[in-house]
Amino acid sequence: MLQKEGQVRIPSGCAIAAVISKTGEKIGGEKIVAGIRTMHERSNGLGGGFAGYGIYPDYKDFYALHVFYDDNGARTDCENALKDLFEIVKAENIPTRKNPAIKDAPLIWRYFVAPLPSRVAAMQIDEREFVARAVTRINSTFRGAYIFSSGKNTGTFKAVGFPEEVADFYRLEDYAGYSWTAHGRYPTNTPGWWGGAHPFSLLDWSVVHNGEISSYDTNRRFIEMFGYKCHLKTDTEVITYIFDYLVRRQGMTLREASSVVAAPFWTTIARKPEEEQRELTYIRNMFSGLLITGPFSIVLGFSGGLLALNDRLKLRSMVVAEKGNTTYIASEEAAIRAMEPDLDSIRSPMGGEPVIVTVNKGVLEDGN
Amino acid sequence: MGIDFISAEFDVVRDDARCTRCRVCEKQCANGVHAYDEKNRRMTADETKCVNCQRCVAFCPTRAIKIVRNPNTFRDNANWTASVVNEIYKQASKPGVLLSSMGAPKNLPVYFDRILINASQVTNPPIDPLREPMETRVFLGKKPEKIRRRPDGRLDCALEPQLELALPILFSGMSYGSVSYNVHKALATAARETGTLYNTGEGGLHKDFYAYGANTIVQVASGRFGVHKDYLEAGAAIEIKMGQGAKPGIGGHLTGAKVSGDVSATRMIPEGSDAISPAPHHDIYSIEDLRQLVYSLKEATAYKKPVIVKVAAVHNIAAIASGIARSGADIIAIDGYRGGTGAAPTRIRDNVGIPIELALAAVDQRLRDEGIRNNVSLIVSGSIRTAADVVKAVALGADACAIGTAALLAMGCRLCRSCHTGKCNWGIATQDPALVARLNPDIAARRLINLLTAWNREIKELMGGMGINSIEALRGNRLMLRGVGLNEKELEILGIAHAGE
Ligand code: SF4
Ligand code: SF4
Repeated sequence: MLQKEGQVRIPSGCAIAAVISKTGEKIGGEKIVAGIRTMHERSNGLGGGFAGYGIYPDYKDFYALHVFYDDNGARTDCENALKDLFEIVKAENIPTRKNPAIKDAPLIWRYFVAPLPSRVAAMQIDEREFVARAVTRINSTFRGAYIFSSGKNTGTFKAVGFPEEVADFYRLEDYAGYSWTAHGRYPTNTPGWWGGAHPFSLLDWSVVHNGEISSYDTNRRFIEMFGYKCHLKTDTEVITYIFDYLVRRQGMTLREASSVVAAPFWTTIARKPEEEQRELTYIRNMFSGLLITGPFSIVLGFSGGLLALNDRLKLRSMVVAEKGNTTYIASEEAAIRAMEPDLDSIRSPMGGEPVIVTVNKGVLEDGN
Repeated sequence: MGIDFISAEFDVVRDDARCTRCRVCEKQCANGVHAYDEKNRRMTADETKCVNCQRCVAFCPTRAIKIVRNPNTFRDNANWTASVVNEIYKQASKPGVLLSSMGAPKNLPVYFDRILINASQVTNPPIDPLREPMETRVFLGKKPEKIRRRPDGRLDCALEPQLELALPILFSGMSYGSVSYNVHKALATAARETGTLYNTGEGGLHKDFYAYGANTIVQVASGRFGVHKDYLEAGAAIEIKMGQGAKPGIGGHLTGAKVSGDVSATRMIPEGSDAISPAPHHDIYSIEDLRQLVYSLKEATAYKKPVIVKVAAVHNIAAIASGIARSGADIIAIDGYRGGTGAAPTRIRDNVGIPIELALAAVDQRLRDEGIRNNVSLIVSGSIRTAADVVKAVALGADACAIGTAALLAMGCRLCRSCHTGKCNWGIATQDPALVARLNPDIAARRLINLLTAWNREIKELMGGMGINSIEALRGNRLMLRGVGLNEKELEILGIAHAGE
């Protein structure tokens, strides 16, 4: 178990960590910070971030938009566009505190919004598709405005800096949620900028990822056929879109979607019972352009749960541990031990084996 | 002689000290180059008949023969080259359309050679194909837009008919008639053995080869030679041939001399008659007519076979492909400017059409821009020369590549480009029984299998280097390619960055 020797020192090693309470208990932001801080060496100060679920109980029926603005002009333009599509029930600065390591902060705003029913009806699409399109459009056409979080009762917080500095900057200890994901970034192929930090989010999806996928352009060119625009050019972005496409738009289960992105090898499929062989073959054939190759470990957050997944060769470390009703996931065991020293169990999932943890039915007020 | 004289292209150089007068060269040469001079007890050569097929060179037991370029030249002229001048002499002497065979030999840019492939260093690991699974299996066919579920909630796995290939390489259409029975036999055997498909070309399917149906693509061309219900049902897929890279815009012509016995029976035309396929399909003057033929063929085969539409890469290929993708076809096969042929008018072969690399890049991008890339699979050909070409083509967006010339080379072809004469000394592009017998179909099949096996290994090596362990993650992965010495427009069309970027 545990990560393979030598992986910790791979210079591209990002760090990921996550925690979820299956009974929906509130976990303070400081908990996840304790985990990700331990893996300081896996980041290089060029990006850190967090996503929390269940953190906005008072506004749980509204989409929470977190936006970076270059300046107030960009904000005015974007807000005008938002007003055209949404009812904005609350608009505010996201509270931050000065941290010497966090520099060049953009304007950071938060809006709780509800799509205007007349606009949704006019487009003949469902509400979530409406929000997704609005976010995609604003991010690709509005200069100086970037919506980096857009789900209900969830929020992403990210910046250029080490993750523990980013947490301090955003006062993460003031938030509590039933699940958290965290990312420390060691960028190798994109410059470290605020929007490029992770998690990457769309609607209630958020993805933290460690790795560098070799299938990137195949995946990107496939997914862009369906209205997504990969402007960040990051793996995380394309992975988020893939899950959004497969689960929300195609109606696949998380397990089925995992068989698309980390498909079992043909030799493995050949050993399965006939019915399963047929399904897995179908899945690989149907969505061949969404197979992800190359190293990755990801944690996908969504309302009511987390999914952890490794590439099919397990080229990146990832461990999963349990303590009571809480599940911990991290690149390194040390990070988990920093969150919870006394664990019931700990294991290293197989390559391509999805670990899906959901909050027990009925626990969450919003019915998830 | 005199005004009509055209100096031979080649010289036959024989080392008389080595020559044992065994007369093997004489027997091997169907062109009658070599002869034995009884009186002087030495071999002679009429080099004007030599096509440089290298048959005598390969069979001379003492390695006494060399075929070299004839040093006799016209006065140097970069504009009026010797071949241009000689062609004028030929046409001044006889008012004919000049014929050629195999792919265009002109010195135009070969884009594959100006594209380089990526490899992993440091930030992600290369994968060793000898230690880890490396997958090259490919499915060709339509993928529906949405998944469907059965009443019990499980996935409904029914798809329109698909072709499953063990590797992303097929054999291109080469008709029985243009090539020999033994060639077809070797192709069929090798396709079955390697888990891919060969293609009948437009000459029908010899009755002996119905047994290889699961590995056969049956072609329907404008001449409709050999097309009947059993034929359509025999193959794994049906290909409508609209055009061919070597001769876009024209049909085919198999001379009566090649329409002998079995060829005539297979084509369902009288023995000795010229087999002429018209330039257009006379029932397809437009895209909606194509749709009708696609569906007629599907109807005739109970929607069990994918239908391929093969077109030549021409200027407007992206729009044409987009039309085909909406015509009901399952697969588009695009044949590039350098595609081979058994016979084509020289002017057409050398001047019509566009390189496959550019056509492929444009088509793949157009289909994606229109969101219909999954409606069809793309097979490209003309010309794919190496495993690296396959990898580059797949990364540009092809699902699979088809090889014709490379397959013939594996069977012995020396690219002498005289297939149209029907006197192929290697027993490939001929119907002369004595020449046909020179090609042992079992040996030829073995060589084809070796070639595909070797290429597949090389493909896996290249993929592993990129950290990609399944061919589908390479398809359309243009980030894995870089251009060298290409201008901005070329890079833009290919959709790749320049090396160093
Ligand atoms: S095959 Fe070689 S050795 Fe035999 S006759 Fe010809 S040149 Fe001489
Ligand atoms: S097939 Fe025969 S005739 Fe044609 S190029 Fe090859 S060797 Fe020459």
